[in-house]
Amino acid sequence: MTKTDMMVKELVDKYGSKRESLLPILQGVYDLEHFVSDEAMVSIARNLDLSSADVYGKSTFYSFLDTIPRGKFVIRVCKTIVCDMHDKNQIVDTLENILKIKVGETTLNRKFSLLYTNCLGWCHKGPAMLINDDVYTDLTPETIREIITDYKNRE
Amino acid sequence: MESIKNIISVKINGIDVSIEKGTTILEAARKINVRIPTLCHHEDLCVAGNCRVCVVEVEGAKNLTASCAAPCEQNMVIKTNTPKVRSARKDLIALLVSEHNTQCTTCYRSTNCELQALASEYNVDNNTYLSVLKPGIQVDRSSWSIEKDDSKCVRCQRCVRTCAELQHVNAITVAHKGKDMKISTFMDLPMNEVVCVNCGQCIIHCPTGALTERRYFDDIWEAIGDEKKHVVINTAPSVRVAIGEMLGYAPGAHVTGKMVAALKKIGFDSVLDTNYTADLTIVEEGTELLGRLKSKIKDEDDSVALPMITSCSPGWVKFIEHMYPEHLAHLSTCKSPQQMFGALAKTYYAEKIGVKPENIVSVAAMPCAAKKFEANRPEMKSSGYQDIDAGLTTREIGHMIKQAGIDFSEISDSDFDSIMGDSTGAAIIFGATGGVMEAALRTAYELITGRDVPFDRLNIEPVRGLEGIKHAAVKLENCLEAYSFLEGVELRVAVAHGLKNARVIMDQIKDGTSPYHFIEIMACPGGCIGGGGQPIPTNDKVRMERIKAIYEDDADCKLRKSHENPEIKQIYDEFLKDGPLGHKSHKLLHTHYTKRNRY
Ligand code: SF4
Ligand code: SF4
Ligand code: SF4
Ligand code: FES
Ligand code: FES
Repeated sequence: MTKTDMMVKELVDKYGSKRESLLPILQGVYDLEHFVSDEAMVSIARNLDLSSADVYGKSTFYSFLDTIPRGKFVIRVCKTIVCDMHDKNQIVDTLENILKIKVGETTLNRKFSLLYTNCLGWCHKGPAMLINDDVYTDLTPETIREIITDYKNRE
Repeated sequence: MESIKNIISVKINGIDVSIEKGTTILEAARKINVRIPTLCHHEDLCVAGNCRVCVVEVEGAKNLTASCAAPCEQNMVIKTNTPKVRSARKDLIALLVSEHNTQCTTCYRSTNCELQALASEYNVDNNTYLSVLKPGIQVDRSSWSIEKDDSKCVRCQRCVRTCAELQHVNAITVAHKGKDMKISTFMDLPMNEVVCVNCGQCIIHCPTGALTERRYFDDIWEAIGDEKKHVVINTAPSVRVAIGEMLGYAPGAHVTGKMVAALKKIGFDSVLDTNYTADLTIVEEGTELLGRLKSKIKDEDDSVALPMITSCSPGWVKFIEHMYPEHLAHLSTCKSPQQMFGALAKTYYAEKIGVKPENIVSVAAMPCAAKKFEANRPEMKSSGYQDIDAGLTTREIGHMIKQAGIDFSEISDSDFDSIMGDSTGAAIIFGATGGVMEAALRTAYELITGRDVPFDRLNIEPVRGLEGIKHAAVKLENCLEAYSFLEGVELRVAVAHGLKNARVIMDQIKDGTSPYHFIEIMACPGGCIGGGGQPIPTNDKVRMERIKAIYEDDADCKLRKSHENPEIKQIYDEFLKDGPLGHKSHKLLHTHYTKRNRY
C-alpha cells in the first residue's frame, strides 16, 4: 500500500465507503495534503466503487477542495462586489508584493498560496480574506503585513 | 378504486387533460399533441431540468415552470405559448447561442441539431448578446471513435447522464462550476486514455455537435477514386433498418435493396453482407459453446469458464476488459462479425476474386462507434494486413449517399454481391437485442437433438423485446449420440443490453451465483439497432420500429438457421477445411482480450 492508499483507507474506515462518504473523505484528504492528488482520487474511487471521473467532478466543484497542489496556508481574498468596492485590489497588490507571487500561485517554499474566493458573508466588514479556516476582516495594507508576518513565523 | 384516485385533470391551453398523478406537464402536453420545446430532456434519461427551455406558465405560480421537471397537480391551468413564455425561451436560447461556437455551415450535426432547430424556430438574432465563447477550446480527437468539441457543448449533461445511467461507465463527468463548468473526463485526460468504451451512446443522446463520431468517409472517397484499389463494404443487419431515417424514411422502413444499390452507385467494387459472417459467428460460437459444455459436464473440467458470453459488441468487450478484467475467460473467443469479415476479405475473398490483399480496402457499415476502435485494435491483423480499414457509422453512410447526389427514393433495389453476400434470417436478427441468442439456439438445439428448436415458427419470443435482462430455458431431450452427455440438461440462457444490465449479469458471475450457461450482451440499449452510430434521434419508439423491421425480415427469409447458409457450407469445404474452431479458423476468426485499468 502506498502512503496515499493508507491515508485514504484510514479516512474510509472513519467515514464509511458509501457514496455520501465522498465529501468528508475529500475534505479529510484536503486537510492533510492541502489538495486532492490524482492518486488520492483514484484511491478514493476504488474504495467507494465510483469512477475516478466522478471523484474528479466532485473535487473540482467545491471551492474549498482543490486538485492542484497548494501551500500550507491558503489565502483566499474575497473578490465579490462589496469587498471589491472596499478596495480589495489594494489588498491583493499588498499580498502579491509581500509574498512575491501572483493570484493563483504558490510560494517556492510551499508555505503560501494566493487565491480569490466568492463572498464570505463578511461584507459589512470588508475587505475580507480567509487563511485556511480563519477569517480576517477590515483589512488594510498594514494589517495584512502583520498577519502575514505572524504566519511566516508559524511552522 | 385506487386507479381512479390517481387520475387528475389539468387544463393545457384551454384543453382538459386527464392524466395519472406524477405525470409531468411536458408528458401531459405531449398526450394532446401540444409540443413544448426541450433541450436537456431526453426520454431515455432522468430529469435534469437545467436548460429551462421547456418553461410554461402555470396559473397562480410566481415564476415560469420547467415543464419537464414539474409534475401536474389537480386542476392546474397551464399555458405553453404565451408571449411571456416565448420571450423567456427566446432569451434562454439566445444566451446559449452567445456561448456557442456557432459554425453551422461547417458542423457535422447541422440540420440534425436541437440547438440549431431551437434557434431557428425562435428566430434568435445572433446580435442579441455579445459572444462570450471561451477562446482556445481544443477539439479532442484522441479516440478512434469519439470526437469531443466543448465549444459546441450546451452543458445539458445528457451525455453524462447517459454514460452513468444507461452504461454505468461514468467516463465523463461535470467538472468545475458556474461559468467554468464543463464536461470532462478524469483530470481532463484525452478520451483515449480513460475508461470510455466507445459505445457512442453519449453521441446519440447529445443534442448538438459537441459529441460526434470520428469520421473516416473522406478516406473512403479517396480509396474509391483510386483505380488500383478494390473497395469492399460489408453492411451490418441493423444498418439496413435504420439508414432510411437518414434519407427521409420513417423508422423501420425496409430499404435493404435501395441501400445496396446506392452503395454500388457510390462506387464500392463489391457490396457484401456482414450477415454472412454473422452466420459464420453462430457456427463458430455454437461449436465453442458445445465444446465448453462438453468439457465441463462430460469431462468435469472445472477450469472451463461457464457461462460463456458473446463477444460481438466491441463496446461490451472493452467494458469487461476495464471493469471485470479477472473474468475475461467467460468471453467467447470469436471475433465480431465485422472482424471475421475483415480477416476473410483479405484472405479467402482476395484469393477467390484474384485481387492482391494489399489492394483491397475493406470497409464496414456499422450502427456503432466502438467498431472504429475495434478495427484499430493492434491484434486485428490476422490476414497480415489491417483486417478492416475503416468502420463507418450508419450516419456516415447516409452522408455518403447524400454526397453522391443519389435520389434514394427513386433508386431501384439491388442484391448483395457474392461471395460473402449470402445470409439467413438468423443473421439479420443479430441487429436486435436477443438476436444472437435466438440464432445460436436455433443452430445449437438442432446440432444437439437433430430437431427444430421447440418454439412456434422458430421464433424464440422470450429473448425478444426491450426488457433489460431476459431469460429462457430449453430442456435438452432425445439428444443425438454425440451429445448424450447433455441428455436432460436444462440449457439456461440470458440476454442483456445496455451496460448497466451487463453489470448485473457480471456481478452474478463475480459472486458465483450466475445460473446460466450462455449469455448474450450488447453494449447499447436495444442492441445494435440502438447503436451509437445510428440515426439521431433514437428512443424506445424508434428502437421498437427498427426491431419490428428486423423480425419481419427474418420471417421473410427462406433460410432461417445459420448452418443452412450455402456459402457457409462452401467456406468450410473450400477454405476452413479443418472445420469450426480448427487451426485456420483459430488464426483468422478468433481473438484474445486485454486486461485494462478501471481507474
Ligand atoms: S452544434 Fe448545432 S448550433 Fe452548433 S454549430 Fe453545430 S449545427 Fe450549429
Ligand atoms: S462513448 Fe460510451 S463510454 Fe464513452 S463517454 Fe460516451 S457513453 Fe460513456
Ligand atoms: S456534450 Fe452534448 S450532451 Fe454533453 S453536455 Fe454538451 S451538449 Fe449536452
Ligand atoms: S463581498 Fe466580500 S465578504 Fe461579501
Ligand atoms: S428541457 Fe426542461 S429544463 Fe431542460
